[in-house]
Amino acid sequence: MSEPTGVIHDIGYQRYTGPRLGRRHVFGALYLHGLRTAFGLGRSAKAKIFPWLVVGIVVIVAAGLTAVRTQTGQVVMTYAQFADAMSWLVIFFVAVVGPELVSRDLLSGVLPLYFSRPLPRGDYALAKLGALGTALWLLLGAPQLVMFLGAAFTTDNGMHGVWDELLDLLPGLLYAALWAMVFASIGLLIASLTGKRAFAAGGIVAVFLMTTPIVGILSIMPSRTVNELALLGSPPSLIHAVGRYTLGDLLAPGAQAEAEIGQFGPVYVAAAVVLVAGCVALLLLRYRKVAAR
Amino acid sequence: MTLLATESLTKTYGGRVTALADLTVSVEPGIIGLVGANGAGKSTLIKILLGLLAPTSGRVSVLGLDPTTDPAAVRARVGYMPEHDALPPDLSAAELVTHLGRISGLPRTVARERASEALRHVGLHEERHRAVGGYSTGMKQRVKLAQALVHDPDLLLLDEPTNGLDPAGRDAMLALIHRIGTEFGISVVVCSHLLGEVERICDTLVAIDGGRLLRADRVAAMTSATDVLAVEVSEGTEELAARLAALQLPVSREGRLLLVPLADDATYDLILGAVAELDLPLHRLDQRRHRVAELFATREPSHV
Repeated sequence: MSEPTGVIHDIGYQRYTGPRLGRRHVFGALYLHGLRTAFGLGRSAKAKIFPWLVVGIVVIVAAGLTAVRTQTGQVVMTYAQFADAMSWLVIFFVAVVGPELVSRDLLSGVLPLYFSRPLPRGDYALAKLGALGTALWLLLGAPQLVMFLGAAFTTDNGMHGVWDELLDLLPGLLYAALWAMVFASIGLLIASLTGKRAFAAGGIVAVFLMTTPIVGILSIMPSRTVNELALLGSPPSLIHAVGRYTLGDLLAPGAQAEAEIGQFGPVYVAAAVVLVAGCVALLLLRYRKVAAR
Repeated sequence: MTLLATESLTKTYGGRVTALADLTVSVEPGIIGLVGANGAGKSTLIKILLGLLAPTSGRVSVLGLDPTTDPAAVRARVGYMPEHDALPPDLSAAELVTHLGRISGLPRTVARERASEALRHVGLHEERHRAVGGYSTGMKQRVKLAQALVHDPDLLLLDEPTNGLDPAGRDAMLALIHRIGTEFGISVVVCSHLLGEVERICDTLVAIDGGRLLRADRVAAMTSATDVLAVEVSEGTEELAARLAALQLPVSREGRLLLVPLADDATYDLILGAVAELDLPLHRLDQRRHRVAELFATREPSHV
């Protein structure tokens, strides 16, 4: 028999005298936690399935597009068009991850544990919003980076070709950021209204998909002005219209853009800004009420 | 130093429902029992102390700070354990408490260390890497206590910490709270609707009812000079009662027990003498602390 080597000493309770970090760090901790949650990191294997399935699909599509382009030399999709084409995947991603970020906290009642800490209630909502927005941007941006790398390594024009690609990529990433902002703010607002994840997911899908017929109806109305404003009818088409106006050729041939939105480009931009700002304001208002309960 | 102080604190919801009415109370550090029936205003008071609710009127201070103007400073030094379920089921206790420690402003590595320390102090060291969803009610209550403790607060606000626990679990939880209040040097406010439970571990009691203060005092002050001796004999209870009454002792009956107010040590001698004289089989003779509940009971009509 050997002597016990590991002896546990009860050193009793230790008071903490070290530094306590400020608001910025707390916000950062919550934001990173949210971003990890969005991709199922630090969570069960089950929670990882869906986010990584979606990530897998977009990356494979991007790789496929890159392969086609290197083989045939034809650009199937620009970076910005890629974001448009993936919109339905983004909707499902928001519908699953948005509720994961906020509805779960509502249902489990963990919010009192947050709001009894030195975390301003608005910061909770903004950190979650930032996390979802970043997750969406990465979801759309990472495949674009794959496409860029593919194009950059196979370009025939040396550094000049790489530079051209980069100039194409940057608007694509900005456009992806627009998608991320609009989808995150709408999705999180809806998810924050209910603790039931299924309801929240259904609500998000409904808002994004059920509004599409509105665009269809408006675009066949007899008035040309109404037709040109039709894309205001649903969030995805609104983003598309803003992209048409700001990116022009990168998203669609010029003449076609003219036909769809006419001279109303600035109206679409304003509408997108108002939509995001409104959703964020309502989200903050929502958490002001939740915290006091 | 005053731990908590309120001055004419009033909270009404929508101008109709009064949760707190003109509450003025001041308590010193220690273990404080906040007792009152459900709906007495305990939870409202806690939310005001945390700065989550603004009082309708009146003033409040916690650890010398004003939660209405500087809630972040108050919350940085206070730990709160809510009454209801508050744990996401798919996280492990270690992850959750670490995360909440970071939200309290602890650096990453410190949060991890202190989380595992806090879980060890509440007796959850082995199980801390399992998902909380599989925990028993008692374990969940301990996790809730650990998260309130992780950032080393100066004051713990515990809302019904023994909720849903079996008798053994209650005793363990109360012993733990007592240890935190005495050994850890952290003041504790324990909310409960069960007076008999908190009176065992508290050194100050604050009783509220209908949002008004019934009484606030040190437990020692409440129970001194009110001790009684309980006498139980296997037979001849009537004879003994008569004999004690003859000895000018104000004796009263409670079931098979005879209760005699304890004036001084001579009371013991008188009772033992009487029992010996009558040659009765003495079953027990012990000093019983007056239950604090009886002290409140007599005052209850005053607030109606």
